[in-house]
Amino acid sequence: MEAKTIHIDEYIITREPFYQSTGDEIAIFEAAYANHLPVLLKGPTGCGKTRFMEYMAWRLRRPLITVSCHDDLTASDLVGRYLVRGGETVWIDGPLTQAVRAGGICYLDEVVEARKDTMVVIHPLADDRRVLPIEKLGTLVEAPAEFCLSISYNPGYQSVLKDLKQSTRQRFVALEFDYPGPGPGLEAEIVAAESGLEREMAARLVQFAGMTRNLKGGGLEEGASTRLLVHAAKLIASGVSPVSACRGAIAQALTDDPEMLAAVNELSASLF
Amino acid sequence: MIAARHALSAPRIEALLDELLEVEFTFRQTADAAARLATLDADTQHFMIDWIKRVASTNLELGYQVACRAVAALDAMPRQMIEEWALRAMDVYDRKGLRPALLVIEGLDAFASEQRARARGAVLERCEGVLQGVLHGLSGRALKVEAAARIYTDSEKIFLPQLLAQLPSEAENFSLYKVSAVFQWARTRFGGFSALRRAGVLEGEATPGLLALFHRLEGLRLEGILSRELPGLYRELTLLGRNPAVAVEPPSQWAPWRSRLMEAGVSADDVLALARRQLGRLHGWRAPLYYGEPDREALRACMEARIEREKGRFRVALAEIQSELRGDHPRGAPLRFGQRPVGERGDPQEAQIEILLDDQPLALPPEVQRTLGSIIQDLDALPQEYLSAAGAGEYDAEREGEERCAGESVWSGTYHEEGASLYPEWDYRRKHYRKEWCAMREIDVEPVHDGFAEQTLVKYGGLVKHLRKSFEALRDEERLLRRQPHGDGVDIDALVEALAEMRLGREMSDRLFTRMHRSERNIAAAFMVDMSGSTKGWINDAEREALVLLCEALESLGDRYAIYGFSSNTRKRCELFRIKRFDEPYGAGVRARISGIRPRDYTRMGFAIRHLTRLLNETDARTRILITLSDGKPDDYDNYRGVYGIEDTRRALIEARRARVHPYCITIDELARDYLPHLYGPAAYTVLNEVSALPLKVSDIYRRLTS
Ligand SMILES: Nc1ncnc2c1ncn2[C@@H]1O[C@H](COP(=O)(O)OP(=O)(O)OP(=O)(O)O)[C@@H](O)[C@H]1O
Ligand SMILES: [Mg+2]
Repeated sequence: MEAKTIHIDEYIITREPFYQSTGDEIAIFEAAYANHLPVLLKGPTGCGKTRFMEYMAWRLRRPLITVSCHDDLTASDLVGRYLVRGGETVWIDGPLTQAVRAGGICYLDEVVEARKDTMVVIHPLADDRRVLPIEKLGTLVEAPAEFCLSISYNPGYQSVLKDLKQSTRQRFVALEFDYPGPGPGLEAEIVAAESGLEREMAARLVQFAGMTRNLKGGGLEEGASTRLLVHAAKLIASGVSPVSACRGAIAQALTDDPEMLAAVNELSASLF
Repeated sequence: MIAARHALSAPRIEALLDELLEVEFTFRQTADAAARLATLDADTQHFMIDWIKRVASTNLELGYQVACRAVAALDAMPRQMIEEWALRAMDVYDRKGLRPALLVIEGLDAFASEQRARARGAVLERCEGVLQGVLHGLSGRALKVEAAARIYTDSEKIFLPQLLAQLPSEAENFSLYKVSAVFQWARTRFGGFSALRRAGVLEGEATPGLLALFHRLEGLRLEGILSRELPGLYRELTLLGRNPAVAVEPPSQWAPWRSRLMEAGVSADDVLALARRQLGRLHGWRAPLYYGEPDREALRACMEARIEREKGRFRVALAEIQSELRGDHPRGAPLRFGQRPVGERGDPQEAQIEILLDDQPLALPPEVQRTLGSIIQDLDALPQEYLSAAGAGEYDAEREGEERCAGESVWSGTYHEEGASLYPEWDYRRKHYRKEWCAMREIDVEPVHDGFAEQTLVKYGGLVKHLRKSFEALRDEERLLRRQPHGDGVDIDALVEALAEMRLGREMSDRLFTRMHRSERNIAAAFMVDMSGSTKGWINDAEREALVLLCEALESLGDRYAIYGFSSNTRKRCELFRIKRFDEPYGAGVRARISGIRPRDYTRMGFAIRHLTRLLNETDARTRILITLSDGKPDDYDNYRGVYGIEDTRRALIEARRARVHPYCITIDELARDYLPHLYGPAAYTVLNEVSALPLKVSDIYRRLTS
């Protein structure tokens, strides 16, 4: 893994990402941003959290630096470390430090996956001190007004080990995300816009998603996400039959259990 | 044993049968059966006699009847089918007793033809899971599939026959199951039943024939709805409908009604009005099979009970919301709940109601939302009186009603299996499982707050400290990896070497860092504690002390663990006592439950092993351990002793190992060396010579097992 200096400008989003708002999340985020409050995005996988962050970064004209957290992510991975180059040691800022220095938006995706000790380094950034201590350099980097920290978290995984500590979660303004569902047709709108599929078929897909979401807890760990619907829609738009598209892009992605697979496939066969 | 190579003579067979069937005491006539068996070749004789023996181990008369029909059975069926026939008979014997089992033996021709139908038919047992999944996926109240002679629904269960063999292939018969199930779902979902109830048709058949006619006309309306809502399913339905075994075309007088009913916008009330008008005029159409048959009484009883129940449940839920919102001011005026329709885009099926609190929409917990949906499905609206939160008295009554079905009290009446999980048991003589044999319940141990845990900690103060320390040492070890390309610290040795290399003009390594690597413990352990009557006294005390120390040790280790006590009193009362669940933190509650462990009845082990294996498998731990603390052999009142109990326990342990659970046993039974190796294998048990060693040893053994 070769570390390289990143040019922060590359992280500025210049084209408006398509984001379908489903509530007052944009207004709340803007208010939190204006007040230097960090934001926590809660919600199941593939419901538009990352897309929302891209959209907000574009709207606020700030660079967006995203870190996907995993269980080996250490504090140094975020903050920075010394590397040896041609016989000399050089300090390289980690993504978090870069975002702080540049006054960008740092988005820590799936933050519960990170090691517990990693979380501690973001605490001083996430309260009113808004500083990042860099132990190895013995310095404190103060966050400029434009800097924003946001993290995401999927409360659906009910593992005791993967719960967000109170001391962490109580520092953030929380925004709740969910699949918009069939109601006023928002999700069909998203699917249609993302895939180029016509509205009616997109609405059928959303109806199918609803069926798989009914199965959550009754055999499926999770129902179909908006992301999976977009995948299936793209397949359909390029000529795959709806039943096959649902089988490949949705059913197989949801489960390996043969009985559940059969049930999900029967449902899509009923619908199309 | 029978020598397989030589056919036996009639007298030899007779002697054998006399012994197997204990003729000495029962005066059964075995000569005829023996004479017929003597005509078979050696291998077939061996096969039949073996099965006679297995069946006789369950019941002598049953075995005798098999012996009498052995040759007839061989004529009627291939061997594998004979095995199924014998197993079916034993199964029926287990469930229903001797008479019905004898009928299975006698009805061997019927059995054979049913088996042949099964070969091309679809069997409910095999498609139930998929059908259940399909029904869950569809919207509305959750419906359960159950076997019955006919196709119908009572609005909570969908009844389907055990076997559908009307159509030529299994796939088509499955399709018939699916269409029938979805059709019954549609009956509950699209307002037909609530219309019948509102019009009083369910109360009694004032107008004979009305319900039957409504049932068919409503079926046509539902076909229309399905053609729009589930076009794929509708295509399947039309395809099935072409087969005269499933459906016939209605006579021509139905035709205009059919097309009208299939249009969008027809309501169930319209259908009912039409049925009243056409009663006596429209007739002579055998409804398609998937329409099912109406069952007025079942439907009425089910709906009335549910409406009553859900009204209570809903009002209790509002009361709970109320008390939560009020928090510190429980005595204020009752909150004002309201409602408002939120129907979307003129779709009556999706008409929903939003509950308001002081005119603000209130987010209901999902189960309450479901109850609300179900209420609207029955009543088409939420009556105003549902919006007054339940008062304290009603609240308790409702709670009690809910609890009546759970836990201990079910045993006060006659035995029934509601709420129990059923587990199979291995019958070694039969060489087969007895299906759904043990009725198992999880029950919480009654907590006792008497300071037992605290006293134990004082008593073993020094040891506890030692345990904690040695367990902490096992905790997720952070290992320092050297010579890493990047990391948190500098590896001085590597750096010195690298600088030296560089001076010599060689290329300098970039592996100069140290990095902490965590080797994660990912273990879940279930402790299965003997609570049989024989543990009374100091064994019970030692067990409880051992558990207190164990919890202390495990807490410092951070492994996931659960503790359950087991006891039984015949197969109908197998109980697992919850002391600590996997997801439950260790605290005062767990301590009080450890303290509350009391000796109970007998030592049936199979069900406990099977259930805990299932719980272990629900955790996502990489290593799963099942540790049994016991004081003796498997043993229960209804024949679960001797070889039978041992063999079932052994079987359950084999199942556990197959499910990648590691079983281990700690016992204080000195005789255990005779049977434990047979059960757990040579290295997976410890026999303690002294009860007093138990508290010290259990944690110690656990540490050894997992390090
Ligand atoms: N509100 C929305 N507007 C536009 N597109 C959306 C929206 N919601 C979901 N999508 C679509 O769904 C896809 C997945 O969304 P996204 O990657 O933002 O999910 P996520 O919540 O970050 O998921 P994860 O938790 O798995 O990272 C997007 O690529 C986009 O196509
Ligand atoms: Mg994402």
